[in-house]
Amino acid sequence: MTRYLLRRTGLALGVLWAAFTASFVVLYLIPGDAVEAMVSAQDVPPSAAELARLRATYGVDEPLIVQYGERLWAALHGDFGDSIQTGRSVTSSILDALPSTALLAGTALVLAIVGGGSLAVVATGTESRWARQVLLALPPLAVSLPTFWVGLVLIQVFSFQLGLFPSIGGTGLSGLVLPAVTLALPIGAVIAQILAKSLTSALDEPYVTTARAKGVGRTGIHLRHALRNAALPALTAIGLLVGQLLAGSVVVETVFARVGVGRLTVQGVTAQDIPLVQGIVVFGALVFVTANLLVDLVYPVLDPRIVSTPPISRRKVRT
Amino acid sequence: MRASTHRSSGRRLIPVALLATASLALAACGGGAGAQAPAGSPTSGGKATIAVASDAGCVDPQQVASNDTIWSTRQIVDSLTDQNPKTGEIVPWLAESWDISPDSTAFTFHLRKGATFSDGSAVDAAAVKVNLDRAVTLGARAGLIRGYLSGYAASTVVDPQTVTVSFKQPNAQFLQATSTHSLGLLSPASVPLSDDERCKGVIGSGPFVLGSYTPNQSVVLTKRAGYSWGSSLWKHKGAAYLDQVTFQVVPESGVRAGSLQSGESDVISSIGPQDEAAFKGTNVVLQARSNPGVVFNLGFNHQRPLGADPVVRKALSLALDRQQIVDTVYTSQTKPATSILASTTPMYAEQKKALGSDPKEAGKLLKDAGWVRGSDGIYAKDGRKLSLTVSWSAVIGTNKPALELIQQQAAASGIDLQLKELQVAESASVLASGDFDIYWSNLTRADPDILRSSYSTALANNYRLPASDLDAALAAQAADSDPVKRAGAAAQAQQLIVDSYDVVPVVELTTVLAHSPKIHDVTYDASSRIQLFDTWTTGG
Repeated sequence: MTRYLLRRTGLALGVLWAAFTASFVVLYLIPGDAVEAMVSAQDVPPSAAELARLRATYGVDEPLIVQYGERLWAALHGDFGDSIQTGRSVTSSILDALPSTALLAGTALVLAIVGGGSLAVVATGTESRWARQVLLALPPLAVSLPTFWVGLVLIQVFSFQLGLFPSIGGTGLSGLVLPAVTLALPIGAVIAQILAKSLTSALDEPYVTTARAKGVGRTGIHLRHALRNAALPALTAIGLLVGQLLAGSVVVETVFARVGVGRLTVQGVTAQDIPLVQGIVVFGALVFVTANLLVDLVYPVLDPRIVSTPPISRRKVRT
Repeated sequence: MRASTHRSSGRRLIPVALLATASLALAACGGGAGAQAPAGSPTSGGKATIAVASDAGCVDPQQVASNDTIWSTRQIVDSLTDQNPKTGEIVPWLAESWDISPDSTAFTFHLRKGATFSDGSAVDAAAVKVNLDRAVTLGARAGLIRGYLSGYAASTVVDPQTVTVSFKQPNAQFLQATSTHSLGLLSPASVPLSDDERCKGVIGSGPFVLGSYTPNQSVVLTKRAGYSWGSSLWKHKGAAYLDQVTFQVVPESGVRAGSLQSGESDVISSIGPQDEAAFKGTNVVLQARSNPGVVFNLGFNHQRPLGADPVVRKALSLALDRQQIVDTVYTSQTKPATSILASTTPMYAEQKKALGSDPKEAGKLLKDAGWVRGSDGIYAKDGRKLSLTVSWSAVIGTNKPALELIQQQAAASGIDLQLKELQVAESASVLASGDFDIYWSNLTRADPDILRSSYSTALANNYRLPASDLDAALAAQAADSDPVKRAGAAAQAQQLIVDSYDVVPVVELTTVLAHSPKIHDVTYDASSRIQLFDTWTTGG
């Protein structure tokens, strides 16, 4: 188990470093830099000399490799520097935005698991072929709807027409409902699809026949036997969907005018604010690897056979 | 476009937003579109929520340059002077009067007594001096103020109520600059803080005090009790009417529009043509004002052969139908350009005659100059096609549709325009490096000196203009402290630019806002930014 944890941790660190480096490279491939982003919003463009002075002030004139080295060294010490655009510490900017996004993503994940899971169980459990087909057609439909469109329609109906929820500056539970539902929809749909598929095949397994022969009821087989086995692929998917949750928060937080890591990301990328974007990317990677590590640790609970099969990571899709 | 940036991140959502708001428009009860409800008399108290599109991450008026942020920070600070939006005249605010040296190098301000910053310190000559001395050392965010103070020599405290600001060269625009938010005065306690610290919050002497600032979410302003040193332009004396104003950041334009109609916000900014359509027939009040300064224009690189050819420049201007561009792309209050300066700019001089549409004449000019129309409909000469690249960036949502229409109009007259979209972050360096045929942009500034910044060969000269009579006219308007003589030089400069088609003016940028009928007297200042001192609400 120790060796397994070490392996996983090493892999996680590799992912963090790759994320850090990739964000640095990508931001340098875009023309312009943070200082230019700032001055391009001003009446009179500074002269070339003035631009050079400003670049020196903000440290964006140094050779790439030097900047990369300095940032990486600082990041290894947990210091992501200050945002060039706002001057705020990157770490505290992220920490300030985090609770709002964590609440949003957490609520959305719970909604997605409960909603998507229920749909899959009901769809595969129903005896009506017609109902099953209708229910199983819902997830692909939900996945294909653009998130921003769903958000706008929900705002239109539930905020502007019915006045049930605030559309802007929403705080507390009432402000959380619409954005969480918007974010949960595509993720719940993926969970429903995967779970429905594996439930269907699990119901054809010999152990189900055995259980039936023993006189276990239909519902009992479904929930106690088939669901337990069918949950593994869905669980793996949840680990991957955490990334999609973070990405979705960019759109959802913009449509619903919520503060959060998603909005911070938009701000950072627009301004080519390298310290800010790197901080967010490394943070996102950290959340992602942690979520997948947790998923790996839950596997043995669901399927004890896994413990005796050493390198679990091979069983999983590498990311 | 610079100071007037309207970020409309939600342009892709236009059809949806239209759908959404149109259905509301149908449901909303009638009332004259754009008609101000009978006002009654102003009452003190109440709150207002203003939805803006973006947050620049900084609430220091001396450092911010985006409209959405200027709207809130403007209310925190007072300026030495104010500018009458109707006449362009500079009038007293914190300074009761001023003297300008004949060569426009020294400006002496006589300050009123009794004004204080909200931390209790006095608004005096020493406070003015520390503000200006520090302003010239501000960093990248402070581009506006740096331009206003170019050539700054020193500020001298003559007595507690008198300060003299001197420059190394003539700087007539400085007087107008003292009326802008950029030179709004901060408390001496705020002044020495670092750029970054100041971005988190500053202390001013304005009618509102910064209550709280949550990045990307809101700026909350509260009324300053005991305020009594408002601008001479304002309608009432004493403190502001509103107790509290919340600037709520709402990036999605459809959501901003809907929030106004559902009553969640009282005023919204960055109204697009699609929002305007949805507001027709509702009781939403729309108000608009052209941004002063350099209009949206096709600015030629005069170092490129085609840009240096006066026939090509004039032909392109004649090929354009400005009214059609306005009708198709912009809000209904938008005006076609009638000079290089917008009609709201002080010392604007109309040049309408030179800016007409005449595609036939364009073709004739080109033919006379030896251009031959090819089988593809595009002119060519000596094996070289009449093809130019227009560089632009998406700082405002109307840029792309406007340029696509311009492209069509030019093609109909045999001129090929290729559109090249730039990252906002690279536009400044593209302009500085000269890597463009034509550059599409505008500049907001309520002073004709904006022409010198853009077109004098003595300054950055981004358009690579050759030295000409224009330089003398631009220098004269910068040096003359006599407003009449200055206006003469400014008019001459406008005429020289338009007549030789150094740049092709196209359309005036218009700031449009919409507000609920409960809100009264939201006023525009001379730079087309809002002033909330006289604003009041009947909604509580």
